[in-house]
Amino acid sequence: MSKKESTLTNMIVSLALIAVLAAAALAGVYLLTKDSIDNVQAQKKQSALNAVLPGFDGSIVPVPTTVPGDKDPVTVNVAVTKDNTLFGAAVETYTNKAFGGTFTLMVGFDVNGNILGTEVIKASETPGLGDKINKNKSNFAEQFVNMNPSASNFDLKVKKDGGEVDAITAATISSRAYCDAVNRAAMAFQGVKEIALPKVLPNLKIESNNAPVEIEAEEKGADNE
Amino acid sequence: MEYVLMIIACVFVNNIVLSQFLGICPFLGVSNKLSTALGMGVAVIFVMTLATLVTSLIHVYVLVPTGLQFLQTIAFILIIAALVQMVEIILKKMSPPLYQALGIFLPLITTNCAVLGVAISVTQKFDIAAGSYMLDSLVYTVASALGFAVAILIFAGMREQLELSRVPKAMQGVPIALVTAGILAMAFMGFANLV
Amino acid sequence: MNKLKILFNGILKENPTFVLVLGMCPTLGVTTSAFNGFGMGVATTFVLLMSNALISLLKNFIPDKVRIPAFIVVIATFVSIVDLLIQGFVPALGESLGLFIPLIVVNCIVLGRAEAFASKNTVFDSMLDGIGMGLGFTLSLTVIGAIREILSSGSIFGYTFLPASANILVFVLAPGAFFVLGFVMAFIRHLQKSNEH
Repeated sequence: MSKKESTLTNMIVSLALIAVLAAAALAGVYLLTKDSIDNVQAQKKQSALNAVLPGFDGSIVPVPTTVPGDKDPVTVNVAVTKDNTLFGAAVETYTNKAFGGTFTLMVGFDVNGNILGTEVIKASETPGLGDKINKNKSNFAEQFVNMNPSASNFDLKVKKDGGEVDAITAATISSRAYCDAVNRAAMAFQGVKEIALPKVLPNLKIESNNAPVEIEAEEKGADNE
Repeated sequence: MEYVLMIIACVFVNNIVLSQFLGICPFLGVSNKLSTALGMGVAVIFVMTLATLVTSLIHVYVLVPTGLQFLQTIAFILIIAALVQMVEIILKKMSPPLYQALGIFLPLITTNCAVLGVAISVTQKFDIAAGSYMLDSLVYTVASALGFAVAILIFAGMREQLELSRVPKAMQGVPIALVTAGILAMAFMGFANLV
Repeated sequence: MNKLKILFNGILKENPTFVLVLGMCPTLGVTTSAFNGFGMGVATTFVLLMSNALISLLKNFIPDKVRIPAFIVVIATFVSIVDLLIQGFVPALGESLGLFIPLIVVNCIVLGRAEAFASKNTVFDSMLDGIGMGLGFTLSLTVIGAIREILSSGSIFGYTFLPASANILVFVLAPGAFFVLGFVMAFIRHLQKSNEH
């Protein structure tokens, strides 16, 4: 086969052919991997949801809401038990104050607004420093458990800012951002519980009591579809 | 106010060269002299702004509505390559003095990963639903390009001084330039708590 | 040309990172750990191998004047394929490499080899060249990643063997990337110089 001349027709035909083939090949691979990519996202959210609502078995009602002063909405996944009682919520929250831009967290609350757990969904913090917000890298996230940001017993700020949160060494920005995200979640849950819930789920029983919630680990991982 | 913070963050705190490692090739390659560094900096600001403007339009009005986001990489790189060619031809015809000043830098910019990098990261960073997508991405791009220009200008100034000092044989050229860039990156880390 | 010579050319004599000084952005950006460097290297090797093979196959079909855009389309296609595969099947790697996967398109090594080698040689030789260059790139990235990981978190490929008090945090941050690459490059030049004498 001899080399094609650089005539206009040859150039257009060969480029068009290559472009069409490329698009076709890509579309094929896209269809092959699409399910798997979607699954990865859904699974991540689901496992974060399970992790921050330990012992919950019932249905999830997502309620999008925007905290006053914010631009972007957060999703409050309201957790309703089988006998139609409010269990709490898993709030998919975010912060823009992180070192690597935005990161997304899942924060679980019980009915009184006590934090049941926090889980990082997506973050791009500096490896070795800011990525210690991840549970498997340090126990930074554990100090939030059983605290209640809406009550006065816990000032959700890093100690440098006069709060009660122990920041990660050399990663004050990431720690501050984490607090910012958790605060946003708490405000969103409070707002949804007081304003949106009576409208969305009018028959829901809300039993606020001050007794500590029983957290049993045995039902962890039960699917709540 | 929000945009002021964004500009400071892009130029100093998250500088695209010194903390995101985009555009390292021209940063090391065209920083021997202050004058060439200035030319490269201006050319990057010009091309990057134009490129992101076009790619953002394509992203919002073509790729997202048709669900063809998986063609993003291929579409963006072709747009950028074509755009650089066009700018070169137009400059040659319309403004010969400007072409003389920037012309030799333009072909180099096609393979400057900062241009493609910013065009892609803008689509990941901002949400179309938020409404101010075009303005957000433009401010972000101009600020990032400005960050590139600032970094390469400071670096060129340091390298001009470096020419006068004695450097061990194995370190001459690229290695000492890398170490210098490391020290500069360290200095820029001091801005970390600014925003 | 000797086939083995083509293969080893990219690993040692014309090592893309340390000798040709190409593809600096991913070299600095993703080498926070040995595994990340290795993953980036493998992804780039795949793109190099496939694009070299296809471009060599198509070299007589593509008219000279449009060869660069045609090469870019071919390369961008394989990069997008790698991107989708990583997102679908190795999501953890996809998160740590992030933006640098689509940026393989503008990695000068890939277009450079297409232009300098694949457009002039047979398919088999081009594939060997792609593998050799890819392995050289992978090797350099893994070495830099390993050095940074050892210095910053006392571990290699995730296995910790030094106490936390021995960690030097700066090596995982941006300045550390520049320092490590600079000194490794100087070391290799020194070795080459002493070999010549």
